[in-house]
Amino acid sequence: LAHGAGGKATQTLIEAIFLERFRNPLLERLEDGAEFAVDRSRLALTTDSFVVSPLFFPGGDIGDLAVNGTVNDLAVSGATPLYLSAGFIIEEGFPVADLKRIVESMAAAARSAGVQVVTGDTKVVQKGKADGCYINTTGVGVVETEHRLGIDTARPGDSVLVSGPIGDHGVTVMLARGELDIDADLTSDTAAVSGLTAELLRSVPGVRAMRDATRGGVATILNEVATAAEAAVVVDEDRLPVRTEVRGASELLGIDPLYVACEGRIVVIVDGEQTDAALSALRAHPLGADADVIGRVGEDPPGLVLLNTAFGGTRIVDLLVGDPLPRIC
Amino acid sequence: MDERVRRRARVDGIVQGVGFRPFVHSLATRFGLSGHVGNDVHGVFLEVEGEPAAVECFLDSLTEKSPPLAVIESMAVEELSAQGGDSFEIVVSDAAGTRETLVPADSATCADCLHEMSDPADRRFGYPFINCTNCGPRFTIVRDIPYDRPLTTMAAFAMCARCESEYHDPADRRFHAQPVCCPNCGPRLRLRDADGLPLAGDPLTGVVAALGRGEVAAIKGLGGYHLAVDATHQDATATLRKRKHREDKPFAIMVADVDRARSLCVVDETEQALLTSPRRPIVLLRTRPDTALAAAVAPGNHELGVMLPYTPLHQLLLRRFGAPIVLTSGNVSDEPIAYSDDDALARLSGIADVFLSHDRAIHLRTDDSVVRAFRGRERLVRRSRGYVPQPVTLAWDFPRQVLACGAELKNTFCVTKQHHAVVSHHIGDLENHETLTAFTDGIEHFRRLFEVDPRIVAHDLHPEYLSTKYALDRDGVELVGVQHHHAHIAACLADSAESGPVIGVAFDGLGYGTDGTLWGGEFLLADLVDFRRLAHLEPVPMPGASTAIRQPWRMAVAHLLSAYGQHPQEDLDLLRRNEQQWPTVAEMATRGINAPLTSSAGRLFDAAAAILGMRNTVTFEGQAAIELEQAADRDEPASYPVAVTGGAEPLRVQGADLIRAVTEDLRAGATPAVISARFHNGVADMISEVCTSLREATGVSTVALSGGVFQNVLLLERATARLEARGFRVLLHARVPANDGGISLGQAVIAGARDRIAR
Ligand SMILES: [Fe+3]
Ligand SMILES: [Mg+2]
Ligand SMILES: [Zn+2]
Ligand SMILES: [Zn+2]
Repeated sequence: LAHGAGGKATQTLIEAIFLERFRNPLLERLEDGAEFAVDRSRLALTTDSFVVSPLFFPGGDIGDLAVNGTVNDLAVSGATPLYLSAGFIIEEGFPVADLKRIVESMAAAARSAGVQVVTGDTKVVQKGKADGCYINTTGVGVVETEHRLGIDTARPGDSVLVSGPIGDHGVTVMLARGELDIDADLTSDTAAVSGLTAELLRSVPGVRAMRDATRGGVATILNEVATAAEAAVVVDEDRLPVRTEVRGASELLGIDPLYVACEGRIVVIVDGEQTDAALSALRAHPLGADADVIGRVGEDPPGLVLLNTAFGGTRIVDLLVGDPLPRIC
Repeated sequence: MDERVRRRARVDGIVQGVGFRPFVHSLATRFGLSGHVGNDVHGVFLEVEGEPAAVECFLDSLTEKSPPLAVIESMAVEELSAQGGDSFEIVVSDAAGTRETLVPADSATCADCLHEMSDPADRRFGYPFINCTNCGPRFTIVRDIPYDRPLTTMAAFAMCARCESEYHDPADRRFHAQPVCCPNCGPRLRLRDADGLPLAGDPLTGVVAALGRGEVAAIKGLGGYHLAVDATHQDATATLRKRKHREDKPFAIMVADVDRARSLCVVDETEQALLTSPRRPIVLLRTRPDTALAAAVAPGNHELGVMLPYTPLHQLLLRRFGAPIVLTSGNVSDEPIAYSDDDALARLSGIADVFLSHDRAIHLRTDDSVVRAFRGRERLVRRSRGYVPQPVTLAWDFPRQVLACGAELKNTFCVTKQHHAVVSHHIGDLENHETLTAFTDGIEHFRRLFEVDPRIVAHDLHPEYLSTKYALDRDGVELVGVQHHHAHIAACLADSAESGPVIGVAFDGLGYGTDGTLWGGEFLLADLVDFRRLAHLEPVPMPGASTAIRQPWRMAVAHLLSAYGQHPQEDLDLLRRNEQQWPTVAEMATRGINAPLTSSAGRLFDAAAAILGMRNTVTFEGQAAIELEQAADRDEPASYPVAVTGGAEPLRVQGADLIRAVTEDLRAGATPAVISARFHNGVADMISEVCTSLREATGVSTVALSGGVFQNVLLLERATARLEARGFRVLLHARVPANDGGISLGQAVIAGARDRIAR
């Protein structure tokens, strides 16, 4: 098994191994969560496992990541997150103080997201069998919105927005490993976006889809949209919100912020006519204060994401198959 | 009646649309022979009858005196019994059956047409679209085959009575010349301003005036739009660079004739022949010092790309303008050249002040080809207009048709049929939508043009190449993954009409290896089917991955670390210049943070150039290495030694030895010119040392040199000489580029060779 950066390699793996054997109509949609009816309620269910090194980094730790990640998956599917489960896999000898700190930040994150951790599990594995601590969370939410959300509903003329600067989390974590002597005033963007998405859905009927740009970054989300909608997604390089510190560190590290993970940023596809309304709704919320329109959905070329570069060219923003390797001969 | 004999002949190759039938007609008439000649889907068929001696002479002259654009691949002759008759006729074409004939390449205006164009009494006097069976547009205007006027973009022009009669007269030079036309019935020039509004007056006069004012003109040529400025005008050339977002990469120029070329550059006999050949490529020539050319044409370069006019329009323009003009592809930065009028107007409106256009559509975009002379032979650097679609002919047939998708940069693709491998025009770097579209549309066009439906699709192993992804998206085909450097060597073999085994030295920027790391300094035991990696340069990290390619100083840091271990060389200028960043970059290299390993030879050249302080960052591929080559003192005989370690396969060649030698010489006060020369000599020595040791192990004494690094003429010269001195036979590229433009040919022949042994 190759180490997945969240690109095409992972997608192929999922389809070949899991979908093949678990096949059912809910899973087949390959969304971040599943939505189903129980009596008169529509419920959403999602799960996520969290592995991060280091466990603690500026702006957060694995604990709030584990809560926010699952809350956000529910939120972008249009659900109101309600309850979480938490499963811990802990390496033998892991400091209890660290565990306390992680759980406290989970509790704080749950409080601010308005969810409760209602069940859980703990396993301790031998030293060397886990990298400190892994967390799995599963979340249940209730769907009350009338929106029919889905990236396959995106159509030419729609606008593409992001809720804030991109790449903060991934770059922060990379620098927090302490291997590199880079001074950057950066914190992770980890946050629960459920308040933001609820506000957006309440005031903008033309929202077609929302995604949280985690592993694989905004580039991966945009590719998913282009593929699902069989449309082109065109973004403008000079409209991409990237903090100066993130840009600087990315240049030094040789990475592209478009592919870097965020943990509290969403990509929104909205009916072009309601672009301004969506922008105002996002900006009205503290987590969306720096939201911006980054591009639009077009007809041609279907299935591709294009970046209009700062000097007037276009570049294909491709879904990465694995770890990015240079292509230049 | 005297004894008469009759012969039937079949002629295959490029024999249609090149004046072959009128040539046969006039030849037969001259020898007093009867019979007929005609085209069919296989080529040309003919029968002649007459006195035995006359028939023999006729058959000899057929191959020896064939028209300039004809390429005879084979001629089969059989004896028939005499039938009598006293006339020789051209019979009508038969369009049925499969299409096996080859579409000709575009060709520069011939001497006869130029003569007519300059003759005030001729009806095509000064006509910018004059052509005949011996010259003019071909490949770029063909929509489909058979190659007949209705299937070209000339279909839009109905011939006038006089053109029509020339077209149908077997004795005329324009007999069946598909693009035949004249001022009454053919395409016309027009001049527009930057907004696309028509400008009054004579278009040619208008554009000459604009160039004279130092403006940028977009000019529609044979394969696309060029951007032109007065090449002696400082401001105009600088403006063009700025508007085109092209920082340093040299511009090509067009001059009126060889004498003008000679006033700017050194031109030897081979180079003169290349400049004036009907293919009219850009020829890379050594510049003379202190010419009238503006500095921004080719900043800091000792070489200049020069071409002569290849269309009547360019002829007229250069005659009127006098001074050399920059003629660079009509695009922004690295996008493909614009070729449709609307597209040109839309994409070039921020760059060009005027548009010189015409109403003959270009069906297929082709860039200018680039060549250089080496050891008295033509070597392709970029193979496109004038050369495509002439196939590479192999000594064997492909069992099944192959599509080879090529590499990512300098992409070409290749389709095969029978014993032909047709390498496409230069597509470009597959990183933007326009280029990707040119790639996919180009493949569809070739499918029709050569009537192929390949069931075998060959591709590179790099998972992120868009050409690889295209291949993997094909349904119902057999996929053949070909390692990048094996493809380089196979391309060199096919280019040389050989099949191996050879010791293949593949030195380039990088390509995906079978072990998932990036290769690029490879010694392969290879034939057309398979390869073994016998030796390679010791891998070093590329801190920042692609960024390390754009910033050669990072490769210097990585190579210094590998040469000196953990101790940074703080006294080096290189590190002082990059004070802020180098500790981090060194950490990335040491800890392997976004620092993939590569055995690339290109990156070794980058590192050496950066240590010598030539360049921290590059704006185009190979820039640092080119500058390193140009700096070298060619009279310096000394050389840096390189160790080869490990008895086990693959041997590891210590590039670090070169880096240490460069660094120590620099510290000792040696000049960059001397260091660069010793470095080049060291690499050449290393190549011949390693090949010698591999010859002992394998018994193979032929070496093939391929990969972009061998565009470095100094290295090529030195390596070839050393290998030959040691008794090696050395295969070099000629007809296809050593760079990634040749990859598709290599992939195609490997897929074909594997298919052959599988049957
Ligand atoms: Fe290569
Ligand atoms: Mg999830
Ligand atoms: Zn002619
Ligand atoms: Zn006419």
